[in-house]
Amino acid sequence: MTIIIDTPERLDTTTDAVSVDGVTRIFSARKRGAADVVALSDVSLTVHAGEFVSLIGPSGCGKSTLLRQIADLDQPDAGSVSVFGKTARRARLDQDYGIAFQQAGLLPWRTVSQNIALPLQMHRERGLDVAARVRELIELVGLGDFADRYPDQLSGGMQQRVAIARSLARNPKLLLMDEPFGALDEMTRERMQSELLRICGETGAAVVFVTHSIPEAVFLSHRVVVMSPRPGRVKEVVVMERAGAPVGSDAVRDDAAFFRGVTAVREALHDGAAAGQGVENR
Amino acid sequence: MSTRSRSLLFSSATGIAGVALLAVLWEGYKALGPAEGLRIGAVEGERGSGVMVLPRTDDVAMPHLIDMLVRLLEPVSSSAADTPLWLAVVQAASLSLGIALCGLAIGLVVGTVLAVAMQRVRIVESAVLPLVILSQTVPLIALAPLVRSWGARIEIGEFEWQNWMSVAVIAAYLAFFPIAVGMLRGLQSPSAVDVELMDSLASGWWSTLVRLRLPAAVPYLVPALKLAGASAVVGTVVAEVSVGLPGGIGRMIMEFAGFVSSDPAKVWAPITGALLLGLVVAGLVALAGLPLNRFRRTELAS
Repeated sequence: MTIIIDTPERLDTTTDAVSVDGVTRIFSARKRGAADVVALSDVSLTVHAGEFVSLIGPSGCGKSTLLRQIADLDQPDAGSVSVFGKTARRARLDQDYGIAFQQAGLLPWRTVSQNIALPLQMHRERGLDVAARVRELIELVGLGDFADRYPDQLSGGMQQRVAIARSLARNPKLLLMDEPFGALDEMTRERMQSELLRICGETGAAVVFVTHSIPEAVFLSHRVVVMSPRPGRVKEVVVMERAGAPVGSDAVRDDAAFFRGVTAVREALHDGAAAGQGVENR
Repeated sequence: MSTRSRSLLFSSATGIAGVALLAVLWEGYKALGPAEGLRIGAVEGERGSGVMVLPRTDDVAMPHLIDMLVRLLEPVSSSAADTPLWLAVVQAASLSLGIALCGLAIGLVVGTVLAVAMQRVRIVESAVLPLVILSQTVPLIALAPLVRSWGARIEIGEFEWQNWMSVAVIAAYLAFFPIAVGMLRGLQSPSAVDVELMDSLASGWWSTLVRLRLPAAVPYLVPALKLAGASAVVGTVVAEVSVGLPGGIGRMIMEFAGFVSSDPAKVWAPITGALLLGLVVAGLVALAGLPLNRFRRTELAS
């Protein structure tokens, strides 16, 4: 299968995909007397072009908030976020990233292909054959027979594939994913992880991936960013070794390097905090 | 497809059974109920005293259904050259139907515009929604003369305010309410995830409205339209009387009420017409809703 990666305005690959610089986000308390919540405190992070970076940490460590800053769905109180050298807002308006959430968030009145076509319909590119591109994406996520089905006729895993296909529609050089496999069963989850790596390999997109599963983060990532809560900050960045089994294959899960990675991330997570607190270890 | 046509057949059958049940109840009560009705606390020899708890069943109060049907085929008045009663009723009902649909259309537009404005701006919602609710507490009979006199002052070039327009405005006044309330709920129904998805796609307000909020509002709009249709019919019938518009079904009910003792079956003819008018409007609304079923998948599936 050939996927056309090059777009006319091909982005400069030497530019970092994401650059987060000293970002602080404080949610002011609604109720009087309650304390403000510091969701992010002086967080800095760089994601290189084509790099897969996972954000991991216990609930409330601000990993989703950080992702939302990059997506410009929320704005920092201090610090700056740039995406491909632009402001996050400019990048959002230019559709430089694709995003997928934990809930698939498909529009129930649109078929699979219509849902995938949504980003293409909203910002029409001249000369782009929308129908052909949608077919290509449906094949990419392996839903060839389900193009005309409605979301309520699909399983959770299939819905999530549609959401991922939609996030890939405009061939973004950056994918933002907020626990996209969180609601899936273990087997579907592992298959989706392998497919995601395959897709990333084909499209060359950088990924920022929020998860609370250590094996998931280790399996997918080049680097795992371990975060700690109250206030949310980056605790440690663990670089994964990618040796032995081919990337994305299930053999990786049995590789010694994989287990070393899991141990390293677990130690980084538990270091200083009470062991096992709020971390799902699956 | 076959399950769909079967369910359509089933709902038509139950609808007809409902009408038959009504006829059985009417004739059954007429056969079994006390001819002079039942009064509690009546004083002997004093007519009309006490409280009527069961209505009378004599032919003046409750004519046989067959008498009503036969009367429909006879001319309106005693002169044989007059149009048949059923035709007069149909003519009156179709005039009212046109006005009611006109009112419903105005109500749909006004209700939708209000709902969109309320969804768009929070302050508008908190300012306008109480007024919308308050508007429904104003009695119709107080409103009718006002609308009529305001309308009479409108004269733009060739355009001159007609009496039927006052009736349509009053029908719209009742019809816009369920649409505004239902539409507002529908426009607000998309979840935060859906709205954020549209934001992430750099969707503007209009694009989000058309692609997300309006389709999501359809499951709320369809039941609201049914309510609005019924309100428009009631509004039309009542407003015809209050405004004094001749030719419609509302006025006919009032005119024929005078024949209650001399020609009791005739009284029921325009009432039947008003019933049919309501059914026709409900049917038209349901028909208009059919192409919208695509937007009600999750609702219809459950």
